[in-house]
Amino acid sequence: MKLALMVSEGPYTHQASDTAYNFAAAAVTKGHEVMRVFFYHDGVYNATKLTEPPQDDRHIVNRWSALAAAHKVDLVVCVAAALRRGIKEEVLAPGFRISGLGQLVDAGIKADRTVTFGD
Amino acid sequence: MFVNRKAPYGTIYALESLEVVLIAATFDQDVSLVFLDDGVYEIVKGQDPSGTGIKNHSKTYRALDGYDVEKLYVERESLEARGLTEDDLLVDVEVLGSAEMADLMAEQDVVLSF
Repeated sequence: MKLALMVSEGPYTHQASDTAYNFAAAAVTKGHEVMRVFFYHDGVYNATKLTEPPQDDRHIVNRWSALAAAHKVDLVVCVAAALRRGIKEEVLAPGFRISGLGQLVDAGIKADRTVTFGD
Repeated sequence: MFVNRKAPYGTIYALESLEVVLIAATFDQDVSLVFLDDGVYEIVKGQDPSGTGIKNHSKTYRALDGYDVEKLYVERESLEARGLTEDDLLVDVEVLGSAEMADLMAEQDVVLSF
């Protein structure tokens, strides 16, 4: 099955990005395709390489980058939401790209299921 | 279908939902909006957030028909729980009970909730 995800909460404050990642990782393990993860609202904070959690904690940003590299997952950060929050090209972690809300609509059209993670 | 469940101010969800709706409309999609829970406050008349420094985005809902977005649904139980009626709303809507709303959601290709 072809899946698209939307993550609409920031990392560490909210469980949404953890659950989304675990869902995506489980899906690709089961042979499904995760065509895109769209980061919206505070979800755009999942994309900054400036993130430095304590060493004994999970690294949410690097985890997304690794997933993208291993399974060709398209990690898209909403440009309007990102610029509002100071997330720009120069702070993006590997595998992330900035694009428009059209990428969310496009994902909804192309994916078999679009799954939202957030409040 | 876009499901709006949050109050218009206090968080950015309502505003950023509206931004997706406008983009989706330009993709020639069959777009509908649902307002339930505190989301019904998004389309209440007479909003004035001027004291907060946040812009009043409620006028945009009145412009939606210009984008061919004409299917607006409100959950009856959410209105009643907040002492509101259809007359309090700034746009024409179809009021549905929660069971009918569930049926409508089941028919959608994609439901995005904000």
